[in-house]
Amino acid sequence: MIKRTKGEKAFNVFNLIFLSLLSLCALYPMYYVLMASFSESGKLMSQSGLLLYPAGFSLQGYKVISDNANIWTGYGNTLFIVVIGTLISLAVTSMAAYPLSRKSFTLRNFFMLMITFTMMFSGGLIPRFLVVKDAGLYDSIWSLILPVAVNTTNLIIMRTAFAAVPDSLEESAKIDGANDLVTYARIVLPLTKATLAVLALYYGVSYWNSWFTASIYLRSRDKFPLQLILREILIANDNVNTDNELMAESIKYAAIIVSTVPILCAYPFLQRYFVKGVMIGAVKG
Amino acid sequence: MRKKNIGRRILRDFVFNKYNYLLLAPALIYYIVFHYVPMYGAQIAFRDYYVTKGILGSDWAGLKYFEQFFTSYYFERLITNTVLLSGLNILWGFPAPILLALLLNEVRSQLFKKSVQTITYLPHFISLVVACGIIIDFTKQNGLINDIIAFFGGERILFLQSPEWFRPVYIISGIWQEIGWGSIIYLSAIAGISQELYEAAKIDGASRWKETLHITIPGIMETIIILLILRVGKLMSLGYEKVLLLYNETTYKTADIISTYVYRRGIQNAEYSFASAVDLFNSVINMALLLIVNAISKRVQGSSLF
Repeated sequence: MIKRTKGEKAFNVFNLIFLSLLSLCALYPMYYVLMASFSESGKLMSQSGLLLYPAGFSLQGYKVISDNANIWTGYGNTLFIVVIGTLISLAVTSMAAYPLSRKSFTLRNFFMLMITFTMMFSGGLIPRFLVVKDAGLYDSIWSLILPVAVNTTNLIIMRTAFAAVPDSLEESAKIDGANDLVTYARIVLPLTKATLAVLALYYGVSYWNSWFTASIYLRSRDKFPLQLILREILIANDNVNTDNELMAESIKYAAIIVSTVPILCAYPFLQRYFVKGVMIGAVKG
Repeated sequence: MRKKNIGRRILRDFVFNKYNYLLLAPALIYYIVFHYVPMYGAQIAFRDYYVTKGILGSDWAGLKYFEQFFTSYYFERLITNTVLLSGLNILWGFPAPILLALLLNEVRSQLFKKSVQTITYLPHFISLVVACGIIIDFTKQNGLINDIIAFFGGERILFLQSPEWFRPVYIISGIWQEIGWGSIIYLSAIAGISQELYEAAKIDGASRWKETLHITIPGIMETIIILLILRVGKLMSLGYEKVLLLYNETTYKTADIISTYVYRRGIQNAEYSFASAVDLFNSVINMALLLIVNAISKRVQGSSLF
């Protein structure tokens, strides 16, 4: 039907090969880690080049991980932060987004300016650290939630979604005697469920991934989130006790698998929302 | 008389909007406590801060700490490293997802296209700590990348112990992490281009290369420009997390950026005033950059970004 020149045919072949190689680069590291996690440490270290199947077979890494209390308390702490943090963030963000999207709210532009200004200028890491300390949050698990409770970009996304709800719906609710609280909870929120889901994901992922705040605010090991424990295991440039290199080698891959598989299992289901979120985020408010 | 009127109007507005204020209150407290109080606290950059004396009780130090930073050996190195790492990251990292979107657009098979997309998103979902753990593992002396180099007869390279390799590792791994994810927005921009344009081009006998050059790229140009402006605006606020995870003392020469330096001097050495001065300097430059970029964006597309 459509005539294709030789050049176009050659390009198609090149394109398919290039994209396949790119996919391989994205996929292979995870595959390597999976295979390495089932390998015998000694054989793995002497092994060289691509790993297509486990070098030897051993569950040693998983055994060490399952006996490692830090990983499991870390998991527990992370779950707490993700669940409670996301709930708090969603509540505060959506509650604030409502008045900021109302034309009848007189000071909305003033508050909006006050909020967006924080995207441009910040007091910096140290004053923030001192405030958290003075607020009595030092070495408390709440230091991982409250200082990052609202993300301004997310707030703007939520506000844009609220602003898109037709005014007529709210007006008729007002005529029926509903106040702003009722309008927010009964009319605006149910109509913006998709955006709420996207924001829940965004907040959830950022709580799941966070390690830096924990590394500066927490001292007690029993409060460390999973990512901070993983940093000790995986990234040994600090004064981490690498008492046994062989042991460290086998633990490493099993730790990655144990901490990443839950996310990767949920990934196909969540991907749709993430992609939707990119679109929503792109339409700036 | 007028004063009373204004007072009464404010009161009336407050009563009228009482539930709105109630809904806004938690977020307002958050912004005041965790953003505005720290901004006020940034004045410790001009004071000799002692924990026992508190922020307001510490003595004024004037511009002492700024001078100390500007005249220090690290000043030039930190600015250079921040601008170079961030700038090169934009130079290489920004076009990559555009290129991927254009290449994916040329794929006929929907199944292949979807698979490539789904697979290339994957690294974006690996947490930063784990991603950096994988990067360190793959680039170490007996790691996979060195095995491949050795296989082709090359010398093994200590990537993360060599200052000259830090930037390439940072940037290439960044492309690995974000190329698929970043392409989503361009693919949707491409999907929004009117099909009629392509049909008209076909009638005129345009090749696919010409179509890409004259229809697809101009069609997504606006998206490209907006995103580029946003990226450039963030030039100085390069995140420290990935650098902290990947650098070490042997690579400070190229890897140490302003934010990581602030972290080491401020949090690790507890030199609060000095670190705040460095951070404040960076914040001011960052804000100036954002304002310039915003003005450019107003010119280019007639709408402001903020």
